[in-house]
Order: sequence, then structure tokens, then C-alpha cells
Amino acid sequence: MAGVSGKLYHYGARHSEEMIRDLSQRAYEYRAHVLRMIYERKSGHIGGAFSVAEILTALYFHQLRLNPENPEWKDRDRLVFSKGHACAMLYTVLAHRGYFPIEELGTFRALNSRLQGHPEPAKTPGVEVVAGPLGHGVAIGAGMALAARLESSRRNIYVVLGDGELNSGVIWEGLMLGAKFGLDNLKVIVDYNGVQQTGSTRQVMPTEPIADKWAAFNWHVIEIHGHNMAEILDALDYADEIHGRPVVIIARTTKGKGVSFMENAPQWHGGIPSAEQFESALAELQDGAKQWQG
Amino acid sequence: MRSAYGNALVELGRARKDVVVLSADVSSSDFSYMFEQSFPDRFFNVGIAEPALVDAAVGLANGGFVPIANTFAFLFATRALEMVRTHLCFGKANVKLAGAYAGLSDSFDGPTHHSITDLAILRSLPGMTVVVPADPLAVTRLLPQVAAWDGPVFFRLCRNEVPQIFTADYQPEIGKGITLVEGDDATIIACGVLVARSLQAAEALRLEDIHARVVEIHTIKPFDADLVTRCAQETGAIVTAEEHSIIGGLGGAVAECLAAAHPAPLERVGLADTFAECGPYADLLDKYGMSVEAIADAVRRVLKRKVSTLACKDRSEEVQNA
Repeated sequence: MAGVSGKLYHYGARHSEEMIRDLSQRAYEYRAHVLRMIYERKSGHIGGAFSVAEILTALYFHQLRLNPENPEWKDRDRLVFSKGHACAMLYTVLAHRGYFPIEELGTFRALNSRLQGHPEPAKTPGVEVVAGPLGHGVAIGAGMALAARLESSRRNIYVVLGDGELNSGVIWEGLMLGAKFGLDNLKVIVDYNGVQQTGSTRQVMPTEPIADKWAAFNWHVIEIHGHNMAEILDALDYADEIHGRPVVIIARTTKGKGVSFMENAPQWHGGIPSAEQFESALAELQDGAKQWQG
Repeated sequence: MRSAYGNALVELGRARKDVVVLSADVSSSDFSYMFEQSFPDRFFNVGIAEPALVDAAVGLANGGFVPIANTFAFLFATRALEMVRTHLCFGKANVKLAGAYAGLSDSFDGPTHHSITDLAILRSLPGMTVVVPADPLAVTRLLPQVAAWDGPVFFRLCRNEVPQIFTADYQPEIGKGITLVEGDDATIIACGVLVARSLQAAEALRLEDIHARVVEIHTIKPFDADLVTRCAQETGAIVTAEEHSIIGGLGGAVAECLAAAHPAPLERVGLADTFAECGPYADLLDKYGMSVEAIADAVRRVLKRKVSTLACKDRSEEVQNA
């Protein structure tokens, strides 16, 4: 997929129309990468990777202060990718951000690959923590935020959660931690796509009213449309203005976003497309990217 | 052992500014409150939330700190185990777990609080190091090594006052067993609080002209297989003694070692695959098979098996020579 840009809009840059257009287009192009990886390797999770595309694109190409040349840079912002099963999108974004060659995406989930089935920092440059078993992100992020505070570092800690993992008790332990210590350097983004493995979150384990729940735990809550790049970028900026409390951005998204027959369909949590489905999904994603072309 | 731990923690905090302490609201139980009093900025009470205790420690380790997480031993091995497995062992997070109230030492609180399977559970995890100090001096000497160790460590602590058995020349080193008493008839291999009882058992056996070697294995993992193999070769009979189920802990580690390197009769002293009950600590240890007499009996039993094993070996050699 030559021609996908990895252009960076540095932290603090004005959210120009051109920037929003470019990042929105690239989110579709990254989806196409993920589709190809999972189709070719016959393994992986498409639905949750597609729903988090704009969120990760905004984080890695604008918000996060990182140095791919020096992945261990002490004061880098941290990104805890708690919904580890959707790592095909994380890997795609990391590759385009310069952490490893884009061609390596083709080895996803293969034997001897650096791109494991779930994120593993020891193998993949740019990956911060192991993820897979769900629910760890907030408490780990709280520990990272405490570490940053102890060192008087201005680095921020971002945690990307799925909504299914809000079922897990340790998530709420993490919320209490963040609030107790007033961790305003901790920013959680919930990819609230409304679907988990066997059905809608409404059916499996109702989590609404989700904004009220986070607010009741003394977090500052921002709700946005999670595929709207301008809203994501603005929310990330706004989160930096909140002091004394951790921030959650509840991003309303669509599981399988960008491919009509995959949207909101639980079978695309871990389903693998046939050859026909692949072609038709790819065409839809290419159309999705085109709509953002200048 | 608690005050030794609290003091050692303060000493460590003084020596190393990168050490932080987390507690699941048990600091008045395990005496980590002493660290809190000395270094309030580096102490975090996360509430009664053991999974978050471990996960938050993982986050602090990511920032380059050396977190020492504190709660009851059984909770690390049960409620927070998934965090321990995923992030400490698989993810190699440099987090130290101080497991308080181990074995039966929270004796009056009963089986819900006893920790009798933690060694088996944590020892089975790739990358985990398991250290069991036997007296207050051992806590003092081993804690700095635990902090300096590269990777996760489970440090198993007793709640109660225990006899001081070591003298100032005691210099334990993680991963290396220590021969405390020489003897050639059999070897008692012990850890933790049962080291003291094993020494007493060896002394009692000397009156019967039985000379039991006593070896302290304070590091259950990485296991000092060389020393244990040598004991099997030289004494031909082994007894293990631990404040733990006889399944999978020190006895299990020794059994695996003997089976692989030098089979020898083995008797395991510990809880016989059962939960205990509440009561005074020493009485509980006695009732559940970990008395001095029970250790001595195990040596007598293993010696009988050693004799019959030797007799079998002699017979088979005779047959071969005939």
C-alpha cells in the first residue's frame, strides 16, 4: 500500500482543515492495511481495529510526544493499548510512525514474527505494555502517571480502552486510583463501539450510563464522536486543560467502521474475510479514503 | 519477622531513591507503614484492590522505579495472579511482591487467610523468582538483594515472632542454598520458619546417632539443583520441610530435581493436601504435620527406605555379578 503518508503534525500544532482531512484519510488507509494483514494471515481482530483507527491516528501522528529513533526515551508520552486484541491497528500505526518497516506488517501473527498476536513490548518497538487479558489499562496507566509525577516529568499517559473490557472489575479499581491521586496526567480514551465478542454490550453486560459512571468516580468526562477527527483532536487538547483530575474521553464509535457489512456485527470481532469479502471490503475502504481527498 | 521487614524496607528506601512501596491497605499488618512514615511521597495505598495493586506497580516499573507491592501472600497467588503472570512474568515488569502472613502465620484468622499453595503457584510461572527468608536477619540480608534482582520476585514473609537462628556471619545469596549442619545419613532441606524446626529435629536425631545434614533453600526458584543433587549423592535420603502444601512447593522442586538428576528416597513435610483451621501458630504447625517430631519422624522413615533401596541395589549387583 505505497503512498500512505506518515506525516507528523507535532504536538500543539493548530488543527488545520488540511491536517484533519489528511489524518481522516489516513485512518481509512490504515484500515485497508489492517484488512490486508488479517486477510493474508487468516488471523486477527478486524472489528475493534477499525473502530479505533481515528483515535490511534490522532494520537500517534499528533498528540504523543515520542521518538521512534529512541523508543526508550524516558520522557516519552506513554500509550497503554489496553484493548490488545485490536493490535493490528496499533502495529500499522507504529510502522507508519517509523518504529519498524511497513513491510513487516505482513508477518503479523506468523511464527518468529516481532508482531505477536497480542502486544508484547519485548518484541515490538513502540509497544509499551503487554495487553490481551482485558481490563489492565487504567490501573497500569495510573502507576505510570504516579511515576511521571514522582519524577516531575511533564509526560502524559494515554490509555486506550475497549468498551467490552469495562465489564472487568480491575478497570474500576483503576478509576478509583486515578481519582484518589488526582492524576491529571492520565487520559483514558474509551473506544465505545457498543459491540463485544458475542453481542452488543447492551445485551452482554449493560454499561450505560457510562459517562455518569466515570463522573461518579470523580473523573472529568468528555464525550465525542470517535470517528470525527476534529472532535478527537479537540478533546485531546481540552484534556490537557483539566487539572487535578484524570480525564476520560468517551469516543462513540462503530465496530467494523468503514465496511458496511462489518459494521456493528459481532461476527467481525474476530472473523476472517473470504476472498470476495476482502475485495469488497477493500473497495469500501478505498472509497472511504477517497472521500477525504482534497 | 514483621518489624524486621519494616526496618529493612526503611533502610532500603534510604539507600535507594528508586524504591517505591505500594500496599493494598494492609500496611499496619505487614509493617510497611514504617516506610510510609519515613517516605510518604513514595508510598501508595491503593485500597483493598490487589489486581490494581499489581497493575499500578507495573506502571511504576515502566517509569524506572522499583516497586515493592505489599499484601497477603495468598492474594498475590490467587486474586492478583493474572496480573502477576501477564505483566510480571510474561511482560518482565521489574516488580517485587512482598507476600505477608504466609503459610499458617496468620494463624487465628484461619484458612481463608493462610497461604499454603503460593510457592507452588508462583514457582510454576516462567521468569518468577521466589525467596523465603527464615528469620529476621535473613529478611534484612535478603531484601536488598530482592530489590536489586533483575526481574520479578516473590518475597514470602511470616507474620509472627520467629526464633533468630542466624548469626552475623550469615550471608545468603539469591539462588544459592546453604548447608547449615553437616551430616551424612540424610539431608533435611527446609525453607522459612521450618528451618529452625529442622535444626531442632537434627539435634534430636543426633541422640539416636542419626546424623542429618540440614540445608536451607531460601530461594525456591531459581532452584539450587547442584546442591540438592550433591546432598542426594552424598547422603542418599532427603526430607523436605516447608510451611506449605506438600504439593508443588519446596518438596515438589526437590522431587523434580531428584527425579531428573539423582533419584533418592524423599519424604515431604508440610500440609498433607489439606486446609488447616484457626489456632495458635505453633500449635497449628504441630497439628498439621510440621512439628519438630514430624520432621524427625520423616528422617527415620526415609532412612528405612534408604536401607531397603541400598539392599535392592546390592542384590541387583549380586545378580549382575553372578
